[in-house]
Order: sequence, then structure tokens, then C-alpha cells
Amino acid sequence: MTEDKFKHEEDLFCSGHRACPGCGAALTSKLVTEATGPQTILSMPTGCMEVTTTPYPESAWGISWIHNIFENSAAVAGGIETAYRSFDKRNKEGYMNHEDVNFVVLAGDGATFDIGIRSLSGMMERGHDVLYICYDNEAYMNTGIQRSSSTPIGAATTTSPAGKESFGEDVHKKDMPSIAAAHGLEYVATASVAYPEDFKKKVEKALEIEGPKYIQIFAPCPRGWRHESKNSIEIARLVVETGLYPIFEMENGKITNVKKLKDRKPVEEYLKVQGRFKHLFEKEGGEEVLEELQKIADSNAEKIGIDKE
Amino acid sequence: MTEDPYEDLKISKGAVVKPRTTLVNKTGSWRSEKPIIDHEKCIACGNCEKFCPDMAVKETEEGKFEIDLEYCKGCGICAEECPVKAIIMEEEEK
Repeated sequence: MTEDKFKHEEDLFCSGHRACPGCGAALTSKLVTEATGPQTILSMPTGCMEVTTTPYPESAWGISWIHNIFENSAAVAGGIETAYRSFDKRNKEGYMNHEDVNFVVLAGDGATFDIGIRSLSGMMERGHDVLYICYDNEAYMNTGIQRSSSTPIGAATTTSPAGKESFGEDVHKKDMPSIAAAHGLEYVATASVAYPEDFKKKVEKALEIEGPKYIQIFAPCPRGWRHESKNSIEIARLVVETGLYPIFEMENGKITNVKKLKDRKPVEEYLKVQGRFKHLFEKEGGEEVLEELQKIADSNAEKIGIDKE
Repeated sequence: MTEDPYEDLKISKGAVVKPRTTLVNKTGSWRSEKPIIDHEKCIACGNCEKFCPDMAVKETEEGKFEIDLEYCKGCGICAEECPVKAIIMEEEEK
């Protein structure tokens, strides 16, 4: 290779991956590697990031990376973690010490909220020393924007289309951080790609803790959400500023740190820049769904305490 | 006794690929608009590098931020997130 003044060879997540321009999940992947460093084993299920970063025989990763089927990433990471524990016990040569390796899962919302929830629950229940990170783009993007249980109410996807009768997705987003916390996790956090330093700090903090940890990060998808690629970060900021996606840390089931907001914006500001919510502004009856979404933001604000006095 | 189906079982080692090999894929060809940094205006805050999903913006040894057009897909995030509007997007010519 010719001399590379951009030093791509030093990256732990590399250019040339095939994610769409403006991809929030690709940005998440970069931030994860920046926070974990090289001594990391990343387990990744099927999903956009798996498909776009490892088209055979290429890989965008500079850390150890393993692909497994959709439902298995947490189980595989738990297995690897246990193997390293065993290597330690047997003084097996050629392997690093368990405490020097980060065991991480990076999975999409489909693999986390729906298909992989069984193995995730098992991993958390058994208490493996694994950090599970979910990049949440609120639908199955890789297969063509099908709704997942992370899709918010009112969002149009190919399997919850807006039409004459329908206003898009008609059920609420699953509260995955609370499900994780209910397993007795010491550390659960949410984040957004609009606040990269906050996310990286959370990853670093989580890796200090022994046992299972769960972090969920909001990662816009320009293709699936029908917005311009340049607006990805703006949208990831607006979702927090409207209260629809509060970012917080939860330790031992209690919220210990919340990003507070001075003037919470109305949810319309976040919704109107995305094509997936377009029908709510154009169709008669859409205002009821808008009200519903505003109620969610208000209830988040009250429950989690995001409004600054 | 029936034959043991596991006796001669060969376990595949799966496919192992080399790290950082997507670098062969020059995604710059995807671009319809290209970002141009005005170094006079730039305050070197690093937002463009921080938010780039394609690792195409890097700080060079002189402390300047530059864009690797071999990989930049032209998403426009850097121009949008620049606090002093030092990056403009210019349409690519055929």
C-alpha cells in the first residue's frame, strides 16, 4: 500500500465499510472501538453493521470480531468470556488474562429487543462479564425497514406503513433499558450519537464494572427514517432535546445521572424532519398521534426528571 | 449398534478474514457532493472528525483537519456540524 497520510491503518474501525452515507450505526461502531481500545473481543449478530463491515473476504475491524447468528451474540460473548476465565485457571499459554480483555457485544435493536432477547436475558442472568451495546435505529434496516419492537408509535415502516386507515406503528416502543435493569444489572445507560464524549465515557465506565452491563445508543438511519444524511446528528440531538429519548445512567436499578434540559422542545421539531413521520402532519387524525408522542415525552420528563428547574 | 454419526465429524473453523481489509474499497466513488474545508475559517475544533461515520476526516501532523476523498461518501455531516461553517458541500462533476 502507498504511504497513507490519513493513517487509516491505525484505526480500530476502518473506512471502506459499506454503510450508507450518514449512518448512525457506523458512527457508533467507531465510537465503541475508540472507547474500548484494541484489547477487545467484539461479538456481533446479524444486522446492518455485520453486513456492511464484513463483506467476505473483507473486514473493517481492527479488533477481534466474531459474527454469529441473529439470536446468539450475547451467548457467544458469554462463552468467550467463560473460556478466558478457564484459561486463567489453567494458566493456559498464548491467551491474555481475563481482566485485560474487554468482552463486548454490539447489536442492532432487532437483535436486541426481539430476536436476541432470550440469549441477552440468559447472559445477564448468568452474570457474564460482558458489555452489551445496542445501536438503536428503531427498525430492521438491513432487510428493508421492517418494524421491530423498538419502533416508536407513529413511525411508518414497510411492515407498519402509513395509509388510509393506518398512522404507522400502532404500539409503543419496548422499554429495553428497564428490562435490562430488572435483571439486577449494576450498570444500564442510554446515549445518543449526538453526544459522542458522553457515550464513550459511559462505555469506559461500564467496562470498569465486573459483570453484565447494558448500554443503548440512539443511532439515526437516513435510509430508513427518510431524512437527509447530513441531518443524522441533528436528529440524534433533537430526540434528546424533546425528551423522547432521555439519556441517563441507571445504577442498581436507580437513575443516578440524567442529561437535564432547560427548555424542552416540542416533539414536532424532532418529528417533522423525518419522512417516517410525515403522515402525522399531512393526514387528518395525525394530530392525535402527535399528542400521544408529546405525552410520552412529558411522561419521560416526569419519570426520569429531565427538566431543569 | 448403529454407526456413531459423530465419529468422523469434522468441525469447520469458519471463515477468518484479515483486519482492516475494507480499506481496499474506496467509497469516495459514492459521493455526489464533496466537502471542502476553508482552513482560514477553521478553528480546529475537531467536530468534523468526531462525527464522521467513515473515518474520512483526520487531523494531520500540522494540526489541520483534512478530508480523505478516497473514502468520503459525501454525507454532509461535517459541514452541518461545523460551528463556524468552514466546510461547504460542492456538487461533484461528472
